[in-house]
Amino acid sequence: MNSLDPRVKRLHLKADETEPVHTNSHLVTWEVFHQDKRGKQHVHVGVVHASSPELALLMAKEAFGRRGKTSNIWVVKTSDVFTFETEDEDMFETTPEKTFRDPAFYKVRDRIERFQKQQPQ
Amino acid sequence: MNNEALKDLLYKMADDALIIGHRNSEWTGIGPMLEEDLAFSSMAQDKIGHAQALYQILHEILGEPEPDKVAFLREEKLFKCCQFVELPIGEYDFSLVRHFLFDHAEAIRYEMLAGSSFQPLAQLAKKIKGEIKYHTMHADTFLKQLGKGNEESHARLQQALNFAMPYALGIFEQGPYEAELAVQRIFAGEEALKTRWLEKISVVVEAAGLQLPVVAADKIVYGGRKGFHSEYLKALLDEMCEVVRTDPEAEW
Repeated sequence: MNSLDPRVKRLHLKADETEPVHTNSHLVTWEVFHQDKRGKQHVHVGVVHASSPELALLMAKEAFGRRGKTSNIWVVKTSDVFTFETEDEDMFETTPEKTFRDPAFYKVRDRIERFQKQQPQ
Repeated sequence: MNNEALKDLLYKMADDALIIGHRNSEWTGIGPMLEEDLAFSSMAQDKIGHAQALYQILHEILGEPEPDKVAFLREEKLFKCCQFVELPIGEYDFSLVRHFLFDHAEAIRYEMLAGSSFQPLAQLAKKIKGEIKYHTMHADTFLKQLGKGNEESHARLQQALNFAMPYALGIFEQGPYEAELAVQRIFAGEEALKTRWLEKISVVVEAAGLQLPVVAADKIVYGGRKGFHSEYLKALLDEMCEVVRTDPEAEW
């Protein structure tokens, strides 16, 4: 099937004519989390390929810590990350409507001011 | 303080760093995998940075020409790098083993220099400590991983180690100022460095399941520190300096 994306040109390789491809036979992927300052949260920044956690850290250091400030880096084997199914996104559909969970929903400034005025000087 | 002794020490360190930095940068774009391509290139940049810092000390404190001039406009004979750093990159096994052997010598040299009586060197040693720590960590991890990888990776590393060792020992070629530098507490000397280096690399080589080859004294490749270079340095300099030499006075 031709891709609907004009940038993608498929080669139409026939399954029975190609060599078997051994993907991930020894290099797995690692999710990289970058911390720019001690105490701040680690932020997910991308992925590296490596055959061990040690090498994953070494590769992550240059792939994601080569510019700006870095305090530390975490790597987590991608296969150790657990996630919902894509179609379960509907569980989150109505959440944006629940503005009562947002502190900004509560407008209390005028009540605080009224209370303060009532206080004896 | 004897300036000639200091210049000799700084030039051999700077030239080693510049030439190995240039050599390792030849892997940029053709590294074995994207991540390692990035890491190896970054470390090559670090080496050139170290060279720049050393040439800057030579210029500002010891009256030598500017860093760009000494890096790009000196003739081959005046370079003091060891022949080890001049060798072509070869296959990745050799480049990795050279990175391992050279960087440990460099790391220990700077460790020793951190207490040098020559303040600019002591300060530089402290500044780049973390950079060099990463370089040796990278080298050790790969050596252990591949040394114990499979039969082929083990054999290739062992072969590269056997080939590299006589050249690596050439790093510690004695200069005419060894005693003087030691008495002045500038640098404890190549022999002391070599002893510590052998101790350090033996541990990692063993952990990698490899054998450190025994090299007969007459097989060690000396000469670089005195300006006698391999056939490869001239070609490297011609390429590295080609653009600068077309117009040495150009402003960039």
